[in-house]
Amino acid sequence: MPWLVLAFLVWLVGYPLLVVAAEAFGIGSPGGGGPTTEAFRSFFTRADEWNAMWRTLWISVLSTLAAAAIGVPLGFLFERNEIPGRRLLGALVALPVALPPLVGVIAFLFLYGESGLAARGLQTLGLDVSWRLTGAWAILLVHAYSMYVYFYLFTRAGLSGQDGAAIEAAQSLGASRRQILFRVTLPRLRPALAGATLLTFMTSLGSFSAPYIFGGGFRVMTTQIVASKLNGELRMAYVETTMLALLAFTSLLLLRRIDPGLDLASGARGTPPARRRLHSRGARVAAAAGGWVLAGVLLLPHATLILMSLVPPNTWTVEAFPPILGLVNYGELLSSTERLRPALNSLWMAAAATLAAVVVGVMAARLSLRRGGLPGRALEAMMTLPWAIPGTVFALALAAAMSVNAPWVGRFVLVGTLWILPLAYLVRSLPLTGRSIFAGLRQLDPRLEEAAASLGAGSLRTVLQIVLPLLRPAVIAGAGLAFITMLGDFVTSIVLYTYDTRPISIEIQSSLRIQETGIAAAYGVLLMLLSAAAFIAWDDRAGGRL
Amino acid sequence: MTASGVSVRFDDVFKAFDDTVVLAGVSLTVEPGEIFALLGPSGSGKTTMLRLLAGFEQLDRGRLLIADEAVEHLPPARRGVGMLFQSYALFPHLSVAENVAFGLKVRGGSQEDPQARVAEMLELVRLSGFEQRRIAELSGGQQQRVALARALAPRPRVLLLDEPLSNLDPALREETRADLRRTVKQTGITTVLVTHEQEEAFELGERIGLLNEGGLEQVGGPAELYRDPASRFVATFVGRCSVLSGVVLERHGGDELTVRLESQPHAEPWLCRGDSGLRAGEQVDVCVRPEALELSTDGGSGLAGRIEAERFTGSNSFYTVRLASPRSDAGDGSAAGPAIEVAMPGTAASLSGACVVRQLAGEPPSVFAGASTESDP
Repeated sequence: MPWLVLAFLVWLVGYPLLVVAAEAFGIGSPGGGGPTTEAFRSFFTRADEWNAMWRTLWISVLSTLAAAAIGVPLGFLFERNEIPGRRLLGALVALPVALPPLVGVIAFLFLYGESGLAARGLQTLGLDVSWRLTGAWAILLVHAYSMYVYFYLFTRAGLSGQDGAAIEAAQSLGASRRQILFRVTLPRLRPALAGATLLTFMTSLGSFSAPYIFGGGFRVMTTQIVASKLNGELRMAYVETTMLALLAFTSLLLLRRIDPGLDLASGARGTPPARRRLHSRGARVAAAAGGWVLAGVLLLPHATLILMSLVPPNTWTVEAFPPILGLVNYGELLSSTERLRPALNSLWMAAAATLAAVVVGVMAARLSLRRGGLPGRALEAMMTLPWAIPGTVFALALAAAMSVNAPWVGRFVLVGTLWILPLAYLVRSLPLTGRSIFAGLRQLDPRLEEAAASLGAGSLRTVLQIVLPLLRPAVIAGAGLAFITMLGDFVTSIVLYTYDTRPISIEIQSSLRIQETGIAAAYGVLLMLLSAAAFIAWDDRAGGRL
Repeated sequence: MTASGVSVRFDDVFKAFDDTVVLAGVSLTVEPGEIFALLGPSGSGKTTMLRLLAGFEQLDRGRLLIADEAVEHLPPARRGVGMLFQSYALFPHLSVAENVAFGLKVRGGSQEDPQARVAEMLELVRLSGFEQRRIAELSGGQQQRVALARALAPRPRVLLLDEPLSNLDPALREETRADLRRTVKQTGITTVLVTHEQEEAFELGERIGLLNEGGLEQVGGPAELYRDPASRFVATFVGRCSVLSGVVLERHGGDELTVRLESQPHAEPWLCRGDSGLRAGEQVDVCVRPEALELSTDGGSGLAGRIEAERFTGSNSFYTVRLASPRSDAGDGSAAGPAIEVAMPGTAASLSGACVVRQLAGEPPSVFAGASTESDP
C-alpha cells in the first residue's frame, strides 16, 4: 500500500518534472531526434534569458526586504502595544493574505494604475502628474503590499511565543531597551523571521500575477516561460522551466541554512511580556488614528475594486470619480450562464482538488508516519515538493508530461481535457493539506489506533471512526487553505485551461484585455467574497489559528 | 462473570529493532486465569513482550501461543487480546459509553445486547451513571477505569496491562491497585501486566517474571523473588539489599551454607541460603536484606564500622555504614561518624534475609554498599 501511494505521488509530482527536464534535452519528445544540449546552449547565450533569471533573483531579494521592512515593525506594533482597536486592526492588517494574488494585482491596477483612481484624483486637484505603473518598481510595490503579511504574522507569532521573563532578566541585569531589542528579542525572533523569509522569497520567486500584469517588457522567469510557450518555443520553455526549478531548489536549500531550528527556543515556555499601555490620551488617539489610516491605506485597493465593479460599462470617461454607480455588472454576471460558468468551474475544480488532496494527504501521512524509513520520508518529500516549486514550473511540467499518449511510460493525453486543471490544482494543494495533516497526525497518540485495532477494528474503520474525527481540525485547516488558494489560481490555469474549464482568474484576465473593467472588477469582487467566506468558515472551524 | 482463562506461551521469542536486540530468545508460560507481572527496568524488553502479544510488533523468531493456538501471524484485531494502555488511549471524541461500546460494535455478530454489556462493564468498574460523560471530564482514575471497561467489554481471552497505574498520582495508586486486582480477578481472565515498579508487580502479580536486557532473570512468586533471588540483579532490583563479596566455606544440609566475607577475613562466617549447586571455595555475592542486620554499640561479635549517613523515612531509619577495613582499627578516626557494629545473627530466622548468588564474571567487585536497618524506637 505505501508503495502504491508513493508511486501515485511520484507519477503526479516528481515524474512531470523529470519529463520536462528530459524534454529540455530533447529526450522523449514526440518530435524525435536524439539528446541535445542545443536549447540549453542558446539559453546560456541569450541575454534576455539571463536577464529574466537575474531579475527573478533580485526582485525576490528586494521583495523580501521590503516585505520585512513593513511587516516586522507592524508585528511589533500590534503585538507589543496596547492600542485602541488592536484586535480588529490587527486582523484587518492580515487580510491581504486571504485574497488571491490576481485580485490584489488588479485592485492595484485600478487604484494606482495609469488611469487609476489615484492618478485621476491628483489630476483633478490640478496636479499635472502622470505615471505608468509598470516594470520592476510596480512589481516590487505589489509584492511588498501582498507579502508583508507573512512577516507580520510570523513576527506576531514569534513575539507571542517569547517568554517575558527573559526580558525581565535582561532588565534586572541592567540592559537598556535597545540592548534588550537587539540582544534578547530579535535573536530569539530569528526562527520566525527565517520562516517568513523563506516563505516570502519562495512566493516571490514563483510570483506570476504581478509580473504578468505590471511587468510589461520586464520579464521574470515565470512570465518568460509562459511567453516562450505562447510563442511556440516549447523546447526553450522547458529549458526555462528546468532552470527555474533548479533556482527554486537551490534557494530553498540555501535559505534553510539561515533557520537556526529549535536551538534558540527556550526550554521553558513562559508567558509573553505584558503589552505596553499608552498612558496619555493624546498618544492613544494618535495611535488609533494612525492605525485606522494604515488599515485604510492597506484596504484601499480592495475598496477601489468594489467601486470599479459598480461602474456600468462606458459610463466613466474623464471624470475624477465615476459619475454613475450600479449593479449592472453583477446583473450581467449572474444572469448569463456563460458569464457564471467560470465561477462554477473554479468552485468545482477547487473543491475536487481539495478533496482529493485531503484523501491523498491522509493516506500518505498515515503510511509515512507508520512506516517511517525511506518510503516514509519519500512520501513526505513528495507531498512537500510542490511547495518549493513555482506553480508555473508545475503547470509546464504537467503540460509536457500529459500531452503525449504513452500509457506504458505513464503518460496520457490530459492536456485539453477536463482533467488537467483539477489535477494541477491537486498537485499544488498537496503541500497545503499535507503540511497540516502530517502535523495533526504527529500530535495524535499512536496508541489510539492500536487501541482501536486491539478492540477488533479494521483499518478502514479505524480511519473513519477514530483518525478522521480526531484529525478534523487539521484537515479543515489544510483544506481551507488549499481551497482558497485554488479558487483564485491564475498561474497554473493560464498554462493549462481550456475554454470549458476556464476559471474566474482567466475570465478576469480576458475581461481586462477587452476593456471590460467593470466585469473584471465584479469577478474580482466575487472571488474576494468567495475567498473571504471560505476563509471565515475555515478560521472559525480551525479555531482561529493561521 | 468468571470466565475460564486461557494459557499464554512465549516460545523462544526473539526480537530486534534495527541492530538492537530487545528480546533474546525468551520462553515463558502464563497459566490460565493467572495475573502475571513482567517486571524490569526500562529497556529490558517487557513492553516489547506485551506489544508482541497484542500484535503491534512482529517477532523475528519463535512462537507465540494463546490457548495453544499460534497467533503470531494474526493481526491485532483477531487475537482476542484486550489492552489497557499506559496513556489509556481513550477516544476523546466519544463518550464514556461509546468508548466502552467501541469493541462491541466492531465485532458485531454476537447476540449480546451491547447496551447491556456496556452497563455491566461500567458497573464492574463502578462508573454507572457516567455513560454520557466526555473523556475530558473524567479524573485520571476514572479514565483508567473506563479504559479497563473498554478493554474487557468484548470479552478478550487475554488482558494486557501496560504500566496501568503509572499515570496516577501516588495517593490514588494504592487504592486503584487493589481495585484493579479485584476487578481483574472477578473476570477470571488471564492477565499479563507490565511494570517497572516492584511494589506494583508484587501486589498485582501472582507470579512475576523479572526481565533484564532482553532475557528473563527469574520467574516466580513475589516471596520467592525476594527470598531466593537467582542473581545479584534480581536481589538488588527487588527490594533493598546490600551486596558483599564472599567465599563459600562449607555446605550444610539443604540450601544452607556458611560464607566468609572477603573484606572481613577475621570476622565470624555468615550463615546464608544459596543454590544447592554452590560448592565450598566458590566466589559468591552475599546479598543481605536490611531487616536481617542488627546494629549495636555494645561491642559484640559483629563487624566494626562507622555510620556515614542516616535516612529517616517515618516507620524506618536506614543507615549507611562503612565497614572498617581489616588492617586498620575501627576507631582509627579516618572516617567520620559514630562507631557501630553490624551483626547478622546466624539463626534460622535470619536465613530469609541473606542469600548467596554466584558471582558473575564481568560484574564489578562488590563492596559493602550500605547496611540499613529498622530503628529501635
